[in-house]
Parts: sequence; C-alpha cells; structure tokens
Amino acid sequence: MTPLRVSIIGVVASVLLILVVLELIRGRRLKERYALLWLATGAVLLVLSAWREALNTIAGWLGVTGYPPAVLFAVATLFILLVLLHYSTVLSKLTDENVDLAQRIALLEELVARLRVPRIPAD
Amino acid sequence: MNLEHLARTVAIVPAYNEVAAIGRVVDEIRAFDPAIDVVVVDDASTDGTADKAEVHGATVLRLLFNVGIGGAVQTGFRFALAEGYERAVRLDGDGQHDASELGKLLAPIERGTADLVIGSRFVDSGSSYRPPLGRRIGIRVFARLVSILGGQRVTDTTSGFLALDRVGIELFAAEYPHDYPEVEATLVALRSGLRLSQVQVEMRERESGASSITFVRSLYYMVKVSLALLVASLRRYPRLAGAPR
Repeated sequence: MTPLRVSIIGVVASVLLILVVLELIRGRRLKERYALLWLATGAVLLVLSAWREALNTIAGWLGVTGYPPAVLFAVATLFILLVLLHYSTVLSKLTDENVDLAQRIALLEELVARLRVPRIPAD
Repeated sequence: MNLEHLARTVAIVPAYNEVAAIGRVVDEIRAFDPAIDVVVVDDASTDGTADKAEVHGATVLRLLFNVGIGGAVQTGFRFALAEGYERAVRLDGDGQHDASELGKLLAPIERGTADLVIGSRFVDSGSSYRPPLGRRIGIRVFARLVSILGGQRVTDTTSGFLALDRVGIELFAAEYPHDYPEVEATLVALRSGLRLSQVQVEMRERESGASSITFVRSLYYMVKVSLALLVASLRRYPRLAGAPR
C-alpha cells in the first residue's frame, strides 16, 4: 500500500504544477498549445496520487509488488519524456523556419539594392 | 568557350570567413567566362568577406546569421530559381575548386545528357588526390551507400563542385540539407530521378582557413550523414520529369 505521506506530497506537487502552468498561461508567458502536455501531466499525477486504490491496482498489473509509488515516478518520467520530445519537434520546426526567413531576407535585400534607383540631388 | 551557350549561367559560391581567398575565386570564375554571373552567399562572415566579394564584382547575398553550408548554398539555388537561370554551378569559397574545370562540369548539361554533374576526384583511379586514410574510408563508405540506395554508381559524394540544369535547380531550391549536405543531396537527387553525371576534376589544397570538417566533428558528421541517408531512403520523393529540351 502506498504510504499516506507519499500520496499527500504527490497531490500537493501535482496541484502546484497545474496552478503554476495556469498562472503562466494567464500571464501570457506560456502558449496554450505548449501547456496542454504539462496540464495532462499534472492531471494524471493528481489522479494517481489521490486515488490510492487505482495506483495499487495499476502497480499490481505491472508487477510492481514491493512499492506502488514507483509507478507514480514511472508515469511522471514518461510524461516528461513526451514533453521533451514534443519540444524537440517544435525546435526543429523553428530552426527550419528561421533558416527560411534568413534566406528570404538575403534574397530580398539583394533585390531591393538592385531595384533601388540612385537618389539624384533635386536641383 | 562559346559565350552564347553560357548566357544564363550562375556561379554560386558559399563563403564563411574567406576574405583571403574570395577575391581570387570570384576573379577566376569571371576570367573563365565573363558571361557567368557570380553570386557569393555570405554566411554571416565577420571578416568582411561580403564586401570583398562585392568589390570583385560578385552579387552578394548576405545571410543575417550563420545557417551552415547547406543553408547558404540553398540560398544560391533559390536565387537561381527566382532569377530564372538555366544552369548553375557551385564552387567553394575557399578556392579549392578550380574555375578552369567549369567547362568539363557544364559540358553534360549543355549536351542535355545530365541534370546534375558532380566534379569527382575519384572517377579515374589514377587521380593524384590522396586524402588522409580516415577521410578516404569515409568517402568510400558513403559513396558505396549512396550507390546502393540510389541505384547508380557514385564515386565522390562529398564533393561540393557541381553543375545543375533547371530541373536540378528546382529540386535543390526546394530541398537541400542544412549541414553537411553533399552526401544526402546526391541521394535525394538520384531518388528524385535526376540524371547524374560525374566528371574527373582535380581539387587544390585549401588556400586559407580550415576545412569545415575537423577531427572532433567527424564523428558527428558520420552519424548525422548515416541517419540522413537512412531517412532519405525511407522517404518518398516525387519523380521529376527530365528537363524539357
């Protein structure tokens, strides 16, 4: 059985995570599309921490007989990996878009320089 | 050289901190054929490479920040596409590619027998070029891999000395790897149905600067290129029709 203290700490930690993420969204420091995975992480951890029976049952399915809270850590780790992988794809996309912009600017600057009519003094 | 045939040719020269070499590179291309437009793509050099190239009469495309050799070269291909050039050649900004060999590179394009011509150091086994053992093995391995995956024997996949017709320009303007691009680009070209030709060229020792592939980076190079080849052979590429002629 999961020690009660572990469950309480788990609930507090996941509620904190959800509150921090919501506050970041409210302050426009985090976009909703990048917050969803974090909120899902917080929600799943909250449920598994508060619903002690469920955690024990899942631990039983997975063959974790000695210490059920290990499942909590495993789930948390899995979600963190998902978030990181998601960020790697975002980073790759941003890199491509950045290079594309740099290329376009280089082409446009050359074009502007070529098309710009030399200023003739108006006298 | 018949100027008429080269009327719409652009030479793309990527350069990163090559102020010592770039002037001569531009001069030599213009000396080979004044009708070739020389475009230097300056990959955010900090040593005045761009101004130097401009003084020597090149059109200069200035990248805002360093995007790597592949991204720089692709800027040139995009320029060639936008400006409607029929043919493009690419030479390194460090002077290792000899502009007097451009005629050999352009010949198959002019005859209409190839869309992509690569200047290879290993077509003739008697070539004088002898790279260090490690690099020689790397070049061999990638040449074999690309040959197998692309279905045509390729002798030198790491050469950046090449010529393209309009079909090739269109492909590389749309799709070109950003770092260490040559090996992967060769495979992408073959899988897209481009007709590849290879001609024997000699390359000079570097005049200045350091090769972009130092010892510490070679491991990353091998892994990155291998992964790129694997992924490129799993992807589907639309087959491009041969150039209309």
